[in-house]
Amino acid sequence: MTQQVLNAIFIGSIYALFAVGYTLVFGVLDVVNLAHSAVFMLGAVITYSLVVLHGMPFLPAALIAIVVCGLLGLLIEFVALRPLRRRNAPPIAALISTIGLALIFVAIVEQATPGTPFSWLWQDGPNSVRFPTEAVPNPTYHVAGLTIEGTKLGILATSVVLMLVLGYVIRFTQVGRALRAVAENRRAATLLGINVDRIFAATLFVSSALGGLAGLLFGLAISDISPYIGRDQVELKGLAVIVLGGMGSVPGAVLGGYVLGLIEVFAFVRFGSNIAAGVAFAALFVMLVVRPQGFFGTRLRERL
Amino acid sequence: MDFFIQLFTDPVGFYNQHELLIAQIGINAILAIAIFVTFYSGQLTLANAGFMAIGAYTTVLMSLYLPTPLPLNMLGGALLAGFIGFLVGLPVLRLRGIFLAIATIGFVEALRLGVILNVPITGEGQGLKNPTADPLGGILPILISVPVLSYLVWRLTHTRLGQAWAAIREDELAASSNGINVPLYKMIAFIISAVVAGYAGALETHINFFVDPTEYGISRTIQILTFAVVGGTTNVVGPVVGAIFLTALPEIIRWASAYRDVVNGVILILVIIFRPQGIVGRGGLAVIAPRWWTRWRSRERPASAH
Repeated sequence: MTQQVLNAIFIGSIYALFAVGYTLVFGVLDVVNLAHSAVFMLGAVITYSLVVLHGMPFLPAALIAIVVCGLLGLLIEFVALRPLRRRNAPPIAALISTIGLALIFVAIVEQATPGTPFSWLWQDGPNSVRFPTEAVPNPTYHVAGLTIEGTKLGILATSVVLMLVLGYVIRFTQVGRALRAVAENRRAATLLGINVDRIFAATLFVSSALGGLAGLLFGLAISDISPYIGRDQVELKGLAVIVLGGMGSVPGAVLGGYVLGLIEVFAFVRFGSNIAAGVAFAALFVMLVVRPQGFFGTRLRERL
Repeated sequence: MDFFIQLFTDPVGFYNQHELLIAQIGINAILAIAIFVTFYSGQLTLANAGFMAIGAYTTVLMSLYLPTPLPLNMLGGALLAGFIGFLVGLPVLRLRGIFLAIATIGFVEALRLGVILNVPITGEGQGLKNPTADPLGGILPILISVPVLSYLVWRLTHTRLGQAWAAIREDELAASSNGINVPLYKMIAFIISAVVAGYAGALETHINFFVDPTEYGISRTIQILTFAVVGGTTNVVGPVVGAIFLTALPEIIRWASAYRDVVNGVILILVIIFRPQGIVGRGGLAVIAPRWWTRWRSRERPASAH
């Protein structure tokens, strides 16, 4: 049982990292960024291609992948979000344009086989691959009858540290204050001299970098890297997580990630894998009906 | 291009060659009508794929285990979808905006992953064989249903009910202070939408020999949403046009078959940026010129005047 709880914590950290990016964009821009799961997938894919196709060591490869994912966030902002804001489109329009970008990202990876224009990025088409064991050092510890893999410890440490840093930045720095001001009231923030567009771009960069990191950690921990990991594994679970925690609340998303990890692992142990897949969504449904503002959300107003 | 040339020069050959595509266009148009009804009343519900699944499974199970005639089975599927819609609507319709959208997505996935994949009678992950399917005979009812349903919904939007929906969409508080029973009218829209979606699901199983549970997930839901948003939701023609356009698109861009989704995504982004109100929206079918285009034009004009 303790082993199961440990597993829940590891997978929960990945959910939390992914969902923090999701919820940050929702909180600041009032937009559900459905391309976030495609960036998650690209985080894993880029790291894999740098390590396996281009022979880089794991850590620099991971760093490059995270930065590239952040830049993809800027792409999302400039291609899919900013033109819509300029035209005062309803927020649902951003849902559609980010779906469009996600379609493009997934299709590019899924069509990439040797000899195609994107073979430098990915060569396995729609298939699932895993990091070669020698590429990533993975010492395994046995403590009190529990098996703890080094990579999973790394995942836990990375995500906890990053979330603490993010929390510090949002709460105590000048940028964080600007961010919260924009999230609270875009117009008032503009009047106070905050460059709203720059805050939006920064939000997308940080959010997507976190999403990419979550993706490569997922590839590391679950040993499953394919064009579909974002869409099939985390897109909707990420939504469930940010609803559990309260839409737009960063600590809520962190807590929601761990809660969802626990719920899933316990449902798996108790009812088997078939039901476990549906439990996340049942929890989401119940939470929305009983307490739509989530664990931490306080303001609940119409956002669409 | 061949696609259009054949459509106009050889309509009969076109019909024979593209029967399945035409049937799929019809079903998607009906689904677009279903989501239009809730959109028109100002609710962003994404539960249609779930109601489709209910309609499809009910119809097939009834024809497998009951001696009832097919039309009755389809009616059963649509009505059960409506009833489940009522039960789901009771708690969910208190939510608004994105929360409503996410709750209904939760319903769709909980239904598919939690119920359909775990109840033996639905064939679980294996899906369900439908021996009574009739791919060719099924097209006619679909092609009749699309204009009939469009007309009915169009009429409906001009009745007192439709006016109440429009009032709720524009301003819920104002509507309710003018004596409109907001929860009741929202529920009516939700149930009608569920019945239409269930009917589309029943029609779809009738042209396929197989009910596949993976068909009724989130990607289906999002597909239906894009029909409505790309087509425009000011009147019922918009979603239908969106469904026709987006379903036929893969055929039209055959030359890019490998990168079909890339082209698809680019078109979604372009349509939503340059026509945020949809293809058939305010201002009719006219395409709003992008800003760089008007700027370029206004710079050129003095030069050409000379």
